[in-house]
Amino acid sequence: MDTRMKHLYQELIIDHNKNPRNFRVMEEFSHESVGNNPLCGDKMILYLKINDENIIEDISFIGDGCAISKASSSMMTTAIKGKSIAQARALFKDFHDMSTGKLDIAEHPHQLGKLAIFAGVRDLPARVKCATLAWHTLDAALKGEQEITTE
Amino acid sequence: MFATQQDHHFDVASIRKDFPILARQIGDKPLVYLDNAASSQMPVQVMDAFAQYHSGYHSNVHRGVHTLSQEATDAFEKVRFKVQRFIGARSEREIVYTSGATDSINLIAQAYGRTFLEKGDEILISNMEHHANIVPWHMLAKEKNLVIRVIPITDEGTLDMDAFDRMLSKNTKVVAVNHVSNALGTINPIAEISRKAHAVGAITVIDGAQAVPHMNVNVSEADCDFYVFSAHKMMGPTGTGVLYGKIEHLEAMPPYRGGGDMILSVSFDTGITYNEVPQKFEAGTPGIAQVIMMGKAIDYMLDIGRDKIQLYENELLEYATNRMRQIDGIRIIGTAPQKASVLSFVLDGIHPHDIGTILDFHGVAVRSGHHCAQPVMERYGIPATTRASFAFYNTRDEVDALVKAIHEVKEVLG
Repeated sequence: MDTRMKHLYQELIIDHNKNPRNFRVMEEFSHESVGNNPLCGDKMILYLKINDENIIEDISFIGDGCAISKASSSMMTTAIKGKSIAQARALFKDFHDMSTGKLDIAEHPHQLGKLAIFAGVRDLPARVKCATLAWHTLDAALKGEQEITTE
Repeated sequence: MFATQQDHHFDVASIRKDFPILARQIGDKPLVYLDNAASSQMPVQVMDAFAQYHSGYHSNVHRGVHTLSQEATDAFEKVRFKVQRFIGARSEREIVYTSGATDSINLIAQAYGRTFLEKGDEILISNMEHHANIVPWHMLAKEKNLVIRVIPITDEGTLDMDAFDRMLSKNTKVVAVNHVSNALGTINPIAEISRKAHAVGAITVIDGAQAVPHMNVNVSEADCDFYVFSAHKMMGPTGTGVLYGKIEHLEAMPPYRGGGDMILSVSFDTGITYNEVPQKFEAGTPGIAQVIMMGKAIDYMLDIGRDKIQLYENELLEYATNRMRQIDGIRIIGTAPQKASVLSFVLDGIHPHDIGTILDFHGVAVRSGHHCAQPVMERYGIPATTRASFAFYNTRDEVDALVKAIHEVKEVLG
């Protein structure tokens, strides 16, 4: 198999694509935002339940998208559940910088953990938005914005 | 076998040698270019025209009395005659150079539509149009309170002609339909559409961008009022295209853009006199080299023969369709009986963008997305498709490479 393909479509991503975690509508949420990727026609709705101590108690999403966007959304939810808003924002920055090539994860320290699996998208400009859609939607939800598009 | 006989007459191997890009590699795989409906590749004969023009006779057109300007003007205007014959127009004056099909439709909407359409007039647009034949009309409709009605399409992707018949009325003023759908490949019956439109006093605006690279086109026989296309989808350069309009329409229309070359005289005292058709619509210095290259592209296609191109491509499409149909979980979107070489498909549970990326890893270039035809996607209830679109330089081996790569996609993500 092509090495670039192996690099991008790793087992973890394929697993999260097939069995996305926290893939459900949330009835009682504190924050909600819709993310659109008009280029793909993809759309996701992200729900957050943030408590008085600014901790993300619960997070879920629904929507349809490619394997990269679905896996990225799923892994984002598992990564930030239980984290504080400040921690989530820090992760967003690292993830964004990694995907756009600003952060070289081999050289610089980061908190991304398993999320570093998405580093391969930086070589595929057309797919960066697929990986970052969930994160931009999260950022928008935290800012109180109802809807974002990646264009 | 019939197919082999045809291959024998059509020397695709020697045609491919004219297209240097077809020899390149993507990673360690040979390029399999199946995105021709987005933009086709260019033969050296067309590329050479650019260098010949710039090293031999570059100068502005319709301006100077010096030799270079005369040569550039001659070459530039000769292409108008080539285009006229290429699409069967009655006069060279019916050929307007534009920056492409989109520009041409905007010209029609602004110059014809703004002048002749009135509140309540109806524009019929097919459900399979490219955004280029939707948005300019939508903008005009908003400005002038016009009504846009959508001609539905059947499940297989043909125009619902019964519905079209019912929609036509004395209010219908414009029927905007493509000759060939970029998303489905459907060939539309433009002569019948024009005849029916004319019967109620409407005009037809035919988007021919996907037709001219694949088949004989005769706008006079089809009796369409306007016909538009782009050079870059027919072996020519980007940024250049054609608006064909019946001379009586072009003469009645006011200019679209103002500037040099589209006027006969400009005076602050006595006013401005516009140039004749077609120069009236060609303000500013045009893409001179690009128009000359478009002329070469026409020569190139005519040298091969459009009948031969169409036969070869039909066979290739049939071969590809049969091979693709054998893949489990595939659904071909667009199965009209009359099709040009477009194969749109979806795979169960696999997003078109993942397909596009993985095919690219195999050197196979396809388009994945909505193909600037979102109403088509809505019609079929899908966000996007993957589209393989063929040109006469594609081969059965390339179809095989596509099919093999799709099997890999299924292996990885299925």
